[in-house]
Amino acid sequence: MSYVVGLRCRECHKQYPQKGVHVCEVCFGPLEVEYDYEAMKGKVTRESIAARERNLWRYRDLLPVDTEPRAGLNSGWTPLKRARNLEKHLGVKELYIKDDSANYPTWSYKERVVSVAITKAIELGYDTVGCASTGNLANSVAAHAAQAGLKAFVMIPHDLEQGKVLGSLIFGPTMVRIQGNYDDVNRLCSEIADKYGWAIVNVNLRPFYTEGAKTFGFEIAEQYGWKLPQHTVVPTAGGTILPKVYKAYHELIKLGLVEDNGPKIYSAQARGCNPVVDAIRAGRDLIKPVKPKTIAKSIAIGNPADGFYVVQAVKQSGGWGEDATDEEIVEAIKLLARTEGIWTEPAGGTTLACTIKLIESGRIPRDESICVSITGNGLKTVEVVQGHLEPPPSIPAKLEAFDAVVNGVRKAEPVTVGAGA
Amino acid sequence: MAVKVRIPTPLRTLTNGVDIVELQGSTVGGLLNELSGKFEGMDKRLFKQPGELNRFVNVYVNDEDIRFLENLETPIKDGDDVSIVPAIAGG
Repeated sequence: MSYVVGLRCRECHKQYPQKGVHVCEVCFGPLEVEYDYEAMKGKVTRESIAARERNLWRYRDLLPVDTEPRAGLNSGWTPLKRARNLEKHLGVKELYIKDDSANYPTWSYKERVVSVAITKAIELGYDTVGCASTGNLANSVAAHAAQAGLKAFVMIPHDLEQGKVLGSLIFGPTMVRIQGNYDDVNRLCSEIADKYGWAIVNVNLRPFYTEGAKTFGFEIAEQYGWKLPQHTVVPTAGGTILPKVYKAYHELIKLGLVEDNGPKIYSAQARGCNPVVDAIRAGRDLIKPVKPKTIAKSIAIGNPADGFYVVQAVKQSGGWGEDATDEEIVEAIKLLARTEGIWTEPAGGTTLACTIKLIESGRIPRDESICVSITGNGLKTVEVVQGHLEPPPSIPAKLEAFDAVVNGVRKAEPVTVGAGA
Repeated sequence: MAVKVRIPTPLRTLTNGVDIVELQGSTVGGLLNELSGKFEGMDKRLFKQPGELNRFVNVYVNDEDIRFLENLETPIKDGDDVSIVPAIAGG
């Protein structure tokens, strides 16, 4: 049983049945899944959701699948963590980390979109799935395809971090490194989807895929006690997750499951790839593509597919956009690790760095509730902190040698970050 | 001057399924105008108004987005490869 009505073009509103198409044939606008919210009223409730297992499929009434889920049965329901040490450090009243660095099984928010896309691919009869990826998506597609018994082709830029490359290869997909940046990979994948008739999850299955990102927002609301944080900061790459967090919040409001407290949503980007933030600041709807140059490779998308909708969602919610330099990103990665014990990748560092800047500039008031979206895990991108951490001393197995180290540490009186700092 | 223009799937209903069209033109704008003249209904799909592409139409010349070049004024020479690609993908 599903509440899906079909697909509809966001621009010209032409309707389509559910199939592997993502672009309106009339105006090239993106297709969006349409639901019958009236039929959900009284049936989709806090109780009906809470009665389901604690994984992302507990929100399946608001997801575009008609059959039983075929992937991600242990994905989602990641921690929403009260970050008391960071609160103290930053001088704010109420700060939460929504931590998808702990998402199962490949440690990023991508499990959410892939679980829905893989289920839909099987439903629509595909036997081969694929993706254009900056790494995390490829990891997730490869893992979920392996367990679902589908063939996988994952396409990535040639210069990704080792952890992200091996993190896909281990699952046995066909991986192809494309000589170019993500936007080149993406463009090639559009042509591949056309030619080979595969389910490229973020190309021709995109309308279904993106809906999975809503579960990030649903979980924040439910875990916060069926309330919405007043400020949610979300990283922006291709622009999938931010508009879907906005949509998730507003679906819950529409169904009467949370109160409308005017939740504001903010876009975070790296300074070296900030086409969306640039448009928000300039008050433009038009996104000027850029050539990415940043250590935050997972969000280095210079021509974001949904950039326009990120700008719309930020504007409609009353939020804003902020960017962070590579140095600020690394500092924020270290700060999150040293205050909250969470090691995130540069995308997460970007989001925290931008949150701090939004607080310091007064855009986000210190006495209101804030949620920072952490979407990926630092273990996959060890390269970015190499050289930024003190190398450990190597000593003989003698107590005197150890004493010398302790004396050195005491003398240096290192700045301790976090509680009590 | 003969230039190959790649037609994406959603537009092939207008070209009777043809995926590569050979055209003459000295700029991208000129080329797309010629394409519009040749296939009924193409104009509306590509252009919001004369001289302004629809929001989701991306055009590449030899793998470079024309927004990094001179947009519709981008000059075209013999043997260039022009692709029309719907923007909504990826991420």
